[in-house]
Amino acid sequence: MSSPTILFAGIDEPGLNTIDVYRRRGGYEMARRALTEMTPETVLDELLASGLRGRGGAGFPSGKKISFIPKAQVDKYLVCNADESEPGTFKDRELMQKSPHMLIEGIIIGAYAAGASRSFIYIRGEYAEQADVIDAALAETEQAGLLGENILGSGFSLSLVLHRGAGAYICGEETGLLDSLEGKRGNPRLKPPFPANQGLYQGPTVINNVETLATMPHILRMGGAEYAKIGTETSAGTKLVSVSGNVQRPGNYEIELGIPSREIIYDLAGGPPEGREVKFWFPGGSSSPVLTKDDLDLAYDFDTLAKAKSMLGSGAIIVVDDSVPVVSVALKLAKFYKHESCGKCTPCREGTRWTVSMLERVDAGLATPMDLDIMASVQEQIIGNCLCVLGDAMAMPIGSMVAKFRDEFEAHIEAARARNPWLGDEPPDPDPALLQGAARA
Amino acid sequence: MIGRRNRREFAHTSAVDEPQGELLPVPPARDVSRFGHGSRVPGWDDAVDLGKDPAQIPDPATTPVPQALRSEIEAHMAKYPDFRSAAIPALAAAQRHHGWCSPDAIWQAACVMRLTPGYLIAVASFYDMLETRPVGRHAVYVCTNISCSLCGADELLDRLKDETAGDPQFNVRAFECLGACDIAPMASVDGVYVGPIAVGEVPILVEQIREGLPPLPGKQLRLRKSTDPGAARAIAGAADPVTPTTSYGAPMSGEAAGPPAKIEAPPPPPEEDA
Repeated sequence: MSSPTILFAGIDEPGLNTIDVYRRRGGYEMARRALTEMTPETVLDELLASGLRGRGGAGFPSGKKISFIPKAQVDKYLVCNADESEPGTFKDRELMQKSPHMLIEGIIIGAYAAGASRSFIYIRGEYAEQADVIDAALAETEQAGLLGENILGSGFSLSLVLHRGAGAYICGEETGLLDSLEGKRGNPRLKPPFPANQGLYQGPTVINNVETLATMPHILRMGGAEYAKIGTETSAGTKLVSVSGNVQRPGNYEIELGIPSREIIYDLAGGPPEGREVKFWFPGGSSSPVLTKDDLDLAYDFDTLAKAKSMLGSGAIIVVDDSVPVVSVALKLAKFYKHESCGKCTPCREGTRWTVSMLERVDAGLATPMDLDIMASVQEQIIGNCLCVLGDAMAMPIGSMVAKFRDEFEAHIEAARARNPWLGDEPPDPDPALLQGAARA
Repeated sequence: MIGRRNRREFAHTSAVDEPQGELLPVPPARDVSRFGHGSRVPGWDDAVDLGKDPAQIPDPATTPVPQALRSEIEAHMAKYPDFRSAAIPALAAAQRHHGWCSPDAIWQAACVMRLTPGYLIAVASFYDMLETRPVGRHAVYVCTNISCSLCGADELLDRLKDETAGDPQFNVRAFECLGACDIAPMASVDGVYVGPIAVGEVPILVEQIREGLPPLPGKQLRLRKSTDPGAARAIAGAADPVTPTTSYGAPMSGEAAGPPAKIEAPPPPPEEDA
């Protein structure tokens, strides 16, 4: 077999969520080696050499992120972002449910490299089952002396607290997450200062995705240079990809970065149901600009997708087949971002709301082609004008849908107009009873 | 066009300096729908007792707190460097005790945490899972985001709402992506993920929830095997440089050369469920 399996190897083994089975498979060996045989600098060197890029959405080099943490003697924090709310993404869920200790080991290694003495897992409130699994795993780990004071006699201490959220997409944004973790409304903060300097409780904070942290033990085991050989030059390693929507075998797949997207959608996930074709697809969660069936042969890695004016994001592929009207998907998407906008920045708060209104007009046949231009310009006004990228996350896919499927939007308006007898050239004779009612009002 | 409409709408408030003659006739004052508290803005008084001063930290002498709730909140507060971090866990605990974030629940949590109720109300109103009005005790969240709605989630939600209509113990609501698009269409039933749910299974599911039985036991997410063909394979380059005897592949070595993992049968397309 060509593609390597790192995170998902033997993931279905019964009892892997317990420390005994995890240790029998060599678990916590890398945490022990890092703490007792390596210095934080050498651990960081391995992470830098691996070329690992953040798996949560932004794709920022993880080693570099840790290297931004100041060396000063202050309380430093590591926060694991397990608020997996990006529509279409469910990779962290499977990882946490089946192999929670892999995440905890990654946190120990990451915190050691960053010099953090306190760490937190911010898990979304909806993942109650997964949070219970982690809670049980944490108790075992503390019992085994792998968390707490002076771990394994190395002089390194680390506490780990599981924090359950309560349902808010914006808390997956790193500064929104920090505010939420501090017990406030999850409003994103102005950057800079970046969390690496002033994050949680104003202390230096490194925030990493679950998958990123869970990869760290494997990097130490394989060696950073060896890990960098997997994947492409700028997108190293394997990636968990969540494929969903109109496919026959939706699920999580671990792929080597750089394989053709068609292989993921058709060979692994089975492609759309019989007789249907891919119309468009989101390559990295609902926030990524859509790609069409002409783009299926693009290599699935950070740079190729960025060149195609989209992004790899969280690695969630949502496939939409040709039986689905693009307007209904756009409306669903816009309504989601309208609901989840925290309301702090005007372009996002108002832009999401007006986009929904305009799409509803399109859907009802009340819009004109000029409305599509206005809608596209609203999207442009949102991008880059807010504290966080929630507004951009709506503006980019909606803008790409209008650009790529403009004909369909216009046809949708015409069809909806034709269906509505009151909007035709010759409106029907009004119902007298209705007119009476109108006069009374 | 738009400007003209606005002027007409706001004519009764802002058109003092303008000559009335050029405007469209001012329509008769309409009955503006108002909420119970007299405002046109919904929701800002949810779970608030306006008779009390929100700036005051509740007095422990006059705010009785159940011992179980108090100790739960205090345990949460002890976990964090700053006790305010426990706001969400405390509100969630209060919600479990009271059924929703009622004024009592908020005041009790504020009393234990030594915070103003206003602070906690601000937090509670931000998060979807903290209920600021009374709800049924069985929370059924139906994911209606893109992936699930492509697989028929809207129909499932309608069906669930019909089936539980008028039953006060149910809180059936559409929810944003729950992170389980692989089992779409799905629902979270009191925190347990179930899916894919065929529309025909809704009566059974509702009956199970009513009786307090596990929801659709065969379709719970935690039983689902990984779809990745590599999941049953031993890890590539398994030899561990430090401890060669304990490679990840070792316990699985018997199966390593065998066929790849059996892929679970894909969920039936939504058309068949109708």
